[in-house]
Amino acid sequence: MEQNKPRLFPVLIKAAIVFVLFNFAFMFTKNISPGKLSLYNVVFPGRERFPFGESPRAYNLSLFNLDAMFASHILTGKEKTPDEYRVILIGDSSVWGTLLTPEQTLAGQLNSSALTACGRNVRVYNLGYPYISLAQELMILDEALKYEPDMVIWLTTLESLPMEKQFGSPLVANNPDRIREVIARYNLNLDPNDPALTQASKQDQSFVGQRREVAGLIRLQINGLLWSATGIDQFYPENYERAQTDFEVDYAFHDFTPPISLREVLSFDILEAGMSATNVPVLLVNEPILISNGRNSDIRYNFFYPRWAYDEYRNLLAERAQQNHWNYLDTWDLVPIQEFTNSGVHMTPYGESLLVAEVAQEIQMICK
Amino acid sequence: MGLTQIGVSILAALLVGAMTRGAVRTYLLLFLSVLAIYWFQPALPFRSFDFWIPSISLFFVILTWFITSQAGAWKLRQNLIGLFIIVVTVLLVDLTRYIFPDPFLTTTTTPRLIIVLGFFVITAIVISVFTFLSRHIELTISLVILALIAILVVLKSPDLSLQTSIFLRTLNNRPTDTASTFDLRWLGFSYIAFRLIHVLRDRQLGRLPELNLPEFATYVVFFPSLSAGPIDRAERFASDLRKEFSFSQDETLLAGQRIVLGLFKKFVVADALALIALNDLLATQVRATGWMWIVLYAYAFQIYFDFSGYTDIALGMARLAGIQLPENFAAPYTRPNLTQFWNSWHMTLTQWIRAYFFNPFNRWMRGFKNLPAWIMILVGQLATMLLIGLWHGITWNFILWGAWHGLGLFLQNRWSDFAKTRVTASTPHMQSALRLGGILLTFHFVAVGWVFFALSEPALSWHVIMRLFGLA
Repeated sequence: MEQNKPRLFPVLIKAAIVFVLFNFAFMFTKNISPGKLSLYNVVFPGRERFPFGESPRAYNLSLFNLDAMFASHILTGKEKTPDEYRVILIGDSSVWGTLLTPEQTLAGQLNSSALTACGRNVRVYNLGYPYISLAQELMILDEALKYEPDMVIWLTTLESLPMEKQFGSPLVANNPDRIREVIARYNLNLDPNDPALTQASKQDQSFVGQRREVAGLIRLQINGLLWSATGIDQFYPENYERAQTDFEVDYAFHDFTPPISLREVLSFDILEAGMSATNVPVLLVNEPILISNGRNSDIRYNFFYPRWAYDEYRNLLAERAQQNHWNYLDTWDLVPIQEFTNSGVHMTPYGESLLVAEVAQEIQMICK
Repeated sequence: MGLTQIGVSILAALLVGAMTRGAVRTYLLLFLSVLAIYWFQPALPFRSFDFWIPSISLFFVILTWFITSQAGAWKLRQNLIGLFIIVVTVLLVDLTRYIFPDPFLTTTTTPRLIIVLGFFVITAIVISVFTFLSRHIELTISLVILALIAILVVLKSPDLSLQTSIFLRTLNNRPTDTASTFDLRWLGFSYIAFRLIHVLRDRQLGRLPELNLPEFATYVVFFPSLSAGPIDRAERFASDLRKEFSFSQDETLLAGQRIVLGLFKKFVVADALALIALNDLLATQVRATGWMWIVLYAYAFQIYFDFSGYTDIALGMARLAGIQLPENFAAPYTRPNLTQFWNSWHMTLTQWIRAYFFNPFNRWMRGFKNLPAWIMILVGQLATMLLIGLWHGITWNFILWGAWHGLGLFLQNRWSDFAKTRVTASTPHMQSALRLGGILLTFHFVAVGWVFFALSEPALSWHVIMRLFGLA
């Protein structure tokens, strides 16, 4: 019996060897993408929108593993039926639905409108994500095309177009290999070796290096239970600061001031790549913005946009749409000022409903 | 205790076990435990209070020892060494303000040396007065017990805590509108007070063996069991200190296993379950009965793994230093009735309450000759469980939690009496089925009781219970 007793130092040495081997083996999990392993759509219902948020009260979290984000989304769990007309929405936080419940978002309201298109039932999936970058949106669109959409609706705004903003999205910066693939596939005018793209070293790929990402994946699964139990995926404060309507005398859009032309500094190539990425119809929507009537509103429409820059952007976008025969809907002034919430692009449920009416009409026109 | 504090404590315990023997081990444990009560004390919104709160704990420790020991015992060499260690350690902690630019060990700057010396003088005067009063030992002990209970009441009562915080803020010229019930966090005082009351009562009853100051002080503020118990008995603890301890690989391995198990329970299982466990917010947000049961189960297991995990860590750490602390949990959720559950959940608290409240209270009730037995059982169980509830906090919800268990124990007692001759399991299968049924029923009774424990308001608890049974 005495011989079978474990001894301290062999136990410690074995534990150290197992730990090193486990770390080494973990480096190879990158190829099998552990983010695809998910309890969503199996044990828990899929999320109506991508996981995003830092408040523990929202039963949600931000992570940068695109596979895990898609695996948690209802889109990946729904087998497409013959009578489904699948529409995916691409865009920023206004599409994702900041301060809106899933039912109040553009996707939610379109779904409750019970639309039909091409003789099928329209089912809309919210693939918006709360950072403003066209590169991020193209990366998401590129992945979403695997799920057989019948139509893509891409909502955009000027803020997502400046070249300097493209790698600013943490989702882009933390998915360097994926964005490089996208740059190569669509021949984008972006530097694949930009230092903003975070490249993990070999050491970072070990379990110790990836422990936060692993913890994030586990927390995403745990939060699935609370999402299922409560239907809550965002923190809704009782009070929030409303979008700014009074401004200083400020003509600048990022570092640009008139008479500079925006033509050369906006990433229209990304927009063009996305618009031609698929054979299914794509509807490009210039999303509504807050048009201020406060101090210096003759200079700025809102916090984001001086009038000169936004007006030029609209002209350029309309010009591109006409040249390329895009399905294009300009809704920039559709929503009255009081229907914006905490930002110049975030709307109230009623503001969303105004947009829903326009988009619904377009869907049915494109696919009669 | 956070992971850093646990890690350092493990190393310290290992060092004590491996390097020291006999009285030196006790002295080193005392030194480390005194340091620990300062280091583990959470930050408080009042300047230097994170120094004063542990200092007051030490004041009570020394005062209690002086009252309960033989007259003149302090002059013995080992007691003078113990006193010297405590005083020097407190001074060392205080002197960090003159050595380090930022607070070290404490979270705010320690007070000036002259003030601490003044505190020592006041402590000496108070102890002298109480020693003088020790001719009236009953009165002296009662006064100290009352003082300890009064502090417990203030700390455990949200209203009194808040009022005390407002008072202290006023004294410190601090804004009172930000005062909170969490302003007076006193690390481990519930355990310190119960250890001291046990010693004081045993002295009153004449059954306390003589303990020297280093043993006694180490027992009360022993760093592995400071924040989450268990509540050991002084004489048992002292016997471990006096025992010859041989540090061995086997012992280290067993202690290590216990610590690793505890770390896994607390920081992996319990902390993960905490994300989905019932709380005030979820109580209003969960939409369906089934999900409400799931978040309640999560709470039931979270509280078990959290508490028993800390206990495992404490037991493992203590074992490294050669102390075998008593077990606090024995698979409580696998018990077939409520009495057995309470004999295996937070066992050292239950034993304490049984020894110092339940048994004396029952003896007292037996004096009422005409009282029916069932009334005595009901009152005894209810009073005991209410006391356990109040130990956790003086709120309606803890009272309801205590009452729930008190009534449960009473009903189980009556049922056992009734079923003893009437319900028998004729086959082994039947016995297993009855046992399994008992386990499930007991677990669910305890789980529903956790609703009161987990939430802050009776109305919210009622809403959750209604939802659990599909009535809301």
